[in-house]
Amino acid sequence: MMPAVAFADGALEDTPLLSVRGLSYHYGRQLGCRDVSFDLYPGEVLGIVGESGSGKTTLLSCLSGRLPPGSGSIHYDMAGHGLTDLAGLSESELRVLMRSDWGIVHQTPRDGLRMGVSAGANIGERLMAIGARHYGEIRAAALDWLARVEIPANRIDHLPQSFSGGMQQRLQIARNLVNKPRLVFMDEPTGGLDVSVQAKLLDLLRGLVSELGLSVVLVTHDLAVARLLAHRLMVMKSGEVVESGLTDQVLDDPHHPYSQLLVSSVLQV
Amino acid sequence: MADPVIEVVDLAKSFTIHARDGLTIAVFNGLSLHVRAGECVALHGPSGSGKSTLLRALYANYKPDRGQVLVRHGQNLVDMASASPREVLAVRRLSLGYVSQFLRVIPRVPALDVVAQPAIDLGTDPNAARDKAAALLTRLRIAERLWRLPPATFSGGEQQRVNIARGFSVDYPALLLDEPTASLDAENRATVGDLILEARERGAAIVGIFHDAEIRERVSTSIFDIQSAKRAA
Amino acid sequence: MAEGYNFAYLDEQTKRMIRRAILKAVAIPGYQVPFAGREMPLPYGWGTGGIQVTAAVLAPDDVLKVIDQGADDTTNAVSIRRFFARTAGVATTTRTAEATVIQTRHRIPETTLTEKQILVYQVPIPDPLRWMEPRETETRKMHALLEYGVMHVKLYEDIAHLGRIATSYDYPVRVNGRYIMSPSPIPKFDNPKMDMMPALQLFGAGREKRIYAVPPYTRVESLDFDDHPFEIQSWDEACALCGATASYLDEVVTDDAGSRMFVCSDTDHCGERRDFGHEGPWAKEIAQ
Repeated sequence: MMPAVAFADGALEDTPLLSVRGLSYHYGRQLGCRDVSFDLYPGEVLGIVGESGSGKTTLLSCLSGRLPPGSGSIHYDMAGHGLTDLAGLSESELRVLMRSDWGIVHQTPRDGLRMGVSAGANIGERLMAIGARHYGEIRAAALDWLARVEIPANRIDHLPQSFSGGMQQRLQIARNLVNKPRLVFMDEPTGGLDVSVQAKLLDLLRGLVSELGLSVVLVTHDLAVARLLAHRLMVMKSGEVVESGLTDQVLDDPHHPYSQLLVSSVLQV
Repeated sequence: MADPVIEVVDLAKSFTIHARDGLTIAVFNGLSLHVRAGECVALHGPSGSGKSTLLRALYANYKPDRGQVLVRHGQNLVDMASASPREVLAVRRLSLGYVSQFLRVIPRVPALDVVAQPAIDLGTDPNAARDKAAALLTRLRIAERLWRLPPATFSGGEQQRVNIARGFSVDYPALLLDEPTASLDAENRATVGDLILEARERGAAIVGIFHDAEIRERVSTSIFDIQSAKRAA
Repeated sequence: MAEGYNFAYLDEQTKRMIRRAILKAVAIPGYQVPFAGREMPLPYGWGTGGIQVTAAVLAPDDVLKVIDQGADDTTNAVSIRRFFARTAGVATTTRTAEATVIQTRHRIPETTLTEKQILVYQVPIPDPLRWMEPRETETRKMHALLEYGVMHVKLYEDIAHLGRIATSYDYPVRVNGRYIMSPSPIPKFDNPKMDMMPALQLFGAGREKRIYAVPPYTRVESLDFDDHPFEIQSWDEACALCGATASYLDEVVTDDAGSRMFVCSDTDHCGERRDFGHEGPWAKEIAQ
């Protein structure tokens, strides 16, 4: 399937999906992130890398609507409305957006799942929230997605509490993608998982992102994950973006001292 | 005379290593070069003279300090040195192929899919793409029983052949080759030579690094000496 | 009427406050209105919400009926009826057709109610979302923003685990096409009666301090799936006493051997049918 970044004749989509200018956030006197600007186009995966305290999680929270931006602007290309300033949306409009057009994959699956409800219900909930009223169809959609994230079909009625960490994470992904969002925010999606489990998850994400033409803002401290999934990178340190560009270029030819430090610190297997 | 497919203008590249107190290593300064359809330019120079660096700069894997790398992309010329990431990716997908020295291995992806992926990304029917991938792997003598396996466990030579097959799975108008025959035996070297000549035949513009003199003789139409920054036919 | 009490026990200011809450509730069908519930001479869980609503709407010339699980003669019903007889001096009755205010726990009378009547329900947990979301701050937002996906999740879970929607009482409904409401623990059998009912329906939750309402002739629809439509309970038997086949039946165990009979839960309805000459299969035996 043609990724959404380019049309068949090579021409590129003109309107960014997400347009951020001068975004800053302070926790009281403490800097969260400062003066972040970028455009994200349909089908692009933007990786935000940095160590603890870099501001990457703050940035993600501002972008995904969980924190109000301190200053600066975030514009999103809303279906039928064009680029819209998110600050101008009412809380209800924002919540509808988060439910229908966006997905958020948390680092800890428990934060993104309903632990007391079956796997099938977790996946079906978004569909039911937007008006799906046919049980058979909802269940079929849940089974389809379980297959796509490689969870055995016979677990559909089990509670997520009985799943392994990797399986919970895959369930979280299915739950977020079932309503075909255009933009997905991911916070360390492979954090805390065993390596073999990570590999499986990354492969899955790679495939889904490409197949569905998703735009993704991916926060990670793991450069290998960034290289595998992201088209572009932003390197953050102490709340600021110190370098940005094509992923392989930032990782193979880092210019900023901190980027060089990060890249050179990664251990080889 | 047809317009160049690749045009390098006054390219300069150095590396500044901040961990060494900003030590700067200059690689080249002021290179210009053009490659037309059907031409194959072999980069020449001793080890460390910047051949790989130049090739990577053409691919926008390295960012030059100065200059332009113009690549034909459809009806336009895109400057890889200053283009946005998505423009660069669009060029790489459609117009500019690259065979690196080593295969970058992704876990879990079978060799056949590794080779077929660039074609599938362009919208080719996945079955047709896999058929072409199978044909290339066969030519490069990768046993069929290996096609389903991820290349992580292959030998260096096998991995390189998968890498080459991947690079030739799409008929790019421009192609960059970094030591494509290293770690290959005579038969496979010959096959790679065939592939390069076929690409030239269909009008591809090629820039390559070939340490092997025999291959270099066989496929290149001119030599570009990095140190003298001069091109000799 | 006993000495020393204000009419219907509550002071006038309190009744006024409750009436304001009721007005708001009627204006927004199905919406839970918080109210400053008072200490009543019964503990929570015994109908204090319903009592406060009844106390606020009662007038001296009203006729009050109180039922509990459909019966006028259970302990609760008797206590509450006597409470209002003492503190308000109003006439009381067991006949549905004669009452102007009916307070009920867990049933709707079988007899169709009229525009001249008010039905007051006793409610334990007013919020239908509470099972899924314990935070009041969150459920208020969900109601406001129509985030009701979780209600169908509950029904989905039932079907997934039991093959059918197992909820048989306190079955969630959508009121006036807008708010989703808990109808109180009435059997789902009674849900259809709420739809377009001519009487005013008021709901009081004393412990949770919420009042809500369904105005007369308002749409009340039970939630379901297209391929698992809402169904009410049915019995193979008829009422042993009056032979009714269309009323809600209670199962009564009659001896140690496990014999059982089914009788109308609504005692007034059953009695009325018998007065009209209807007889069930056991009628003669019981008469003896």
